[in-house]
Amino acid sequence: MAFYVVQLLTGLASAASLFLVASGLSIIFGVTRIVNFAHGAFYMIGAYIAFTLSERFSGAFGFWGSIVAAALAVALIGVIVEMVLLRRIYHAPELFQLLATFGLTLMVEDLVVLIWGPDDLVGRRAPGFKGAIDFFGQNIPSYDLFLIVLGPVVLGILWLLFQRTRWGVLVRAATQDRDMVAALGVNQKWLFTSVFAVGVFLAALGGALQIPRDAVHHAMDLRIIVEVFVVVVIGGLGSIVGAFVAAVLVSELNAFGILIFPKISIILVFLVMAVVLIVRPWGLFGKPEAPARRTPGLTVNPWRPLTSNERLAALATLVIAATLPLFAGNYALTVGSEIAIFVIFAVSLHFLMSVGGLASFGHAAYFGLGAYGVAFLAKMAGLPMIVCLLLGPLLGCMGAAVFGFFAVQLSGVYFAMLTLAFAQIVWSIAFQWVSVTGGDNGILGVWPEKWAASPSHFYWLALGVAALVTIALRAMVFSPFGYALRATRDSLLRSEAIGINAKRIQWTAFVIAGTTAGIGGALFAYLKGSVFPDNLGISLSVDALVMVLLGGVETVSGAVIGAIVYKALNIWLVSQTDLSKLVLGGFIVLIVVVFPKGIVGMLEMLAQRRRKTSPPGSPLLAKPIESAE
Amino acid sequence: MSVAPPLLAVEGLTKSYGGIHAVRGVSFSLRAGEILALIGPNGAGKSTCFDMLNGQNKPDSGHVRLLGEETTGKKPREIWRLGVGRTFQITATFATMTVRENVQVALISHGKQLFNLWGSAPKFDRGEAGRLLELVGMGGYADRPCGELAYGDLKRLELAVALANEPKLLLMDEPTAGMAPRERVDLMRLTAQIAREKSIGVLFTEHDMDVVFEHADRIIVLNRGTLIAEGSPAEVRSNPQVQAVYLGEGLLYDAEHREGAST
Repeated sequence: MAFYVVQLLTGLASAASLFLVASGLSIIFGVTRIVNFAHGAFYMIGAYIAFTLSERFSGAFGFWGSIVAAALAVALIGVIVEMVLLRRIYHAPELFQLLATFGLTLMVEDLVVLIWGPDDLVGRRAPGFKGAIDFFGQNIPSYDLFLIVLGPVVLGILWLLFQRTRWGVLVRAATQDRDMVAALGVNQKWLFTSVFAVGVFLAALGGALQIPRDAVHHAMDLRIIVEVFVVVVIGGLGSIVGAFVAAVLVSELNAFGILIFPKISIILVFLVMAVVLIVRPWGLFGKPEAPARRTPGLTVNPWRPLTSNERLAALATLVIAATLPLFAGNYALTVGSEIAIFVIFAVSLHFLMSVGGLASFGHAAYFGLGAYGVAFLAKMAGLPMIVCLLLGPLLGCMGAAVFGFFAVQLSGVYFAMLTLAFAQIVWSIAFQWVSVTGGDNGILGVWPEKWAASPSHFYWLALGVAALVTIALRAMVFSPFGYALRATRDSLLRSEAIGINAKRIQWTAFVIAGTTAGIGGALFAYLKGSVFPDNLGISLSVDALVMVLLGGVETVSGAVIGAIVYKALNIWLVSQTDLSKLVLGGFIVLIVVVFPKGIVGMLEMLAQRRRKTSPPGSPLLAKPIESAE
Repeated sequence: MSVAPPLLAVEGLTKSYGGIHAVRGVSFSLRAGEILALIGPNGAGKSTCFDMLNGQNKPDSGHVRLLGEETTGKKPREIWRLGVGRTFQITATFATMTVRENVQVALISHGKQLFNLWGSAPKFDRGEAGRLLELVGMGGYADRPCGELAYGDLKRLELAVALANEPKLLLMDEPTAGMAPRERVDLMRLTAQIAREKSIGVLFTEHDMDVVFEHADRIIVLNRGTLIAEGSPAEVRSNPQVQAVYLGEGLLYDAEHREGAST
């Protein structure tokens, strides 16, 4: 019995940090409508700075002072980030905001390693809370008891802040209707900045308070952000009480889940999240999200199928690509195969994200499931390669069918967070279920058969499959189903009013996209000869997003171009620098801020401008007419 | 021998939010080819009533029957399949698609081809889409992106979309809201003409009394959730209760007159 009580208390203690970070995320979202992906990064910097300060300043005052100073310092960093970056993207679509803050996270990951090194850092115990308390023969660290008290205290302080101060009233008003608050003469800029600072302060405080409990390391940002996303999805974005209740719930599920499913405790959290989503799609304390606004200036040119000339050009490009083995060496062919596989991956996400308006932040899950599917079939069942390639992607299909069913119940940022959480769950299963997946060691020796073994043959295989997949998905964009999918993206209200079951259409699209990604993953397993948990990791999911974004999220063929350019750059970059995350993160932020239309979008714009100015008459004369149109 | 059921029969429709009775025991019916206006001051329960007819809101009690079939509590898309077209107070269209594609989506849904992955959507019922657009006077705009259209044109596009499933009933929520006076007349004239030709029943809510009295065959008046009057435009216009609702209880007017008379 005492054991269970201790387990309960451990859960409550873990909930404190989780609540601090989640409430910060919720407060920021409530006012700015930005889901701050970088929140985990701020949490991590908070821990690192607190570690450094507390090593330097001894004594109780030094320790507690370091914790608060670290949180304040990070809040200051947050203010700079808000003023320099976020102010530029408040009116951008949600996807861009998520990506920009994710780019920031990537940059921070490399910077942290650069400054503090890659090793885990073990911090000091908290002065005054060093011992443990004996509870019927079980030990409870007294610091845990401190954290258990701290959680409700912070909740109370936040409550007072929001109910009893002028600033709190403004924040609550802005959460309900920020345009109205602006119309009443409140300086919105500083309100947003201060809210962001408070949110970041909470995240950093959460990180700093963890140092007596856990080692500080450079991957703690992603771990916490996934848990935080699960917490806000369950508790409801924008609700502080929801964040508290859900943080306690998730921490307790984790604490007791370990007793029930020692290997895959995260399953329990997932089940609870699924139930909450079915019963209350907006979380326990959340409110339905207002429909996403369309951004002026990002209107889409109507999509059209390729003209016969363009088709010929595409075919010619494909034929040229097919001649690569005639003059390129083995390394170039392997790179070529990898690019072809990533084209498959990118077009599959494009179908979901651009055509369906559902930006998945966990698309790698289905890519990786396809890869594991092949590995299982080849290694355990010993099936021939062709059969593996055909059946392997079915694992991606099944994963997409299960997770997609829940994911399409939501939209916008909730959809993004949920897909990310699902992908992370699949990742942890691959990572933890060592007896089946090999865990971190992966599954090795998945080599292609003789007919596809040589680099040129494999290249042709990958290129052929990529061409087929691209053509098939493109045909679907212009099929009746594709129109229906675009309809659900543009207006749910109108789709429902003309008899379209939007959720079923979106679910179907999710399964199609997941299966296609699985095809890419299946080929990838054979290309690399092995499968690892990283094949379904977050960074791969983000690769896919960046490829689509780089090509142009609002174009039909952007994904293909984006995948080729991005993958080629990426392979080159990794061979050139150790700080690839820093460069990649900076690159993502740059695209979002200055280049939101992507490569194909820019080309289309230029082509249109030329078409408009090319008719006879000097450009000077043509100009006034153009602007009058 | 039984008489054919009315196109739309509403019986005892009731809905309350907390302690507020938004709609109380509203009953009316609508024949094919008839144009019925639902009017009432702000907060009278028009929108609540309307949303219960098209399935966006569930009544606490009461029934809605379409051609004798119970539609109470059905989803909007199920009601659409029974032959109900609708337009919205604030237009809802597919902004990134062209005008023709907007109509084609409705035709695809009507033809039950929503899950057709291999056909060609640009060629799908192109002729029929063109005819519908001609019908509402949008033939020349077929290839324009919908996001570029002026508001009045969007309303006409919505009408074309609403007609795509050969509806028996059109539900139009404030069809002329936000339009210029000239456009209002044009749109309602067009609607009335189409409705009579195709024998479609039309139920619309409207704030512009000129539009209501010119185009409605019959008017029903809601006030504070209950039906207070029903009849031809002339009858409703002369109904003292309706006048009281729209012009106030008359106390102010009387008081002013009395004062005026005494001085």
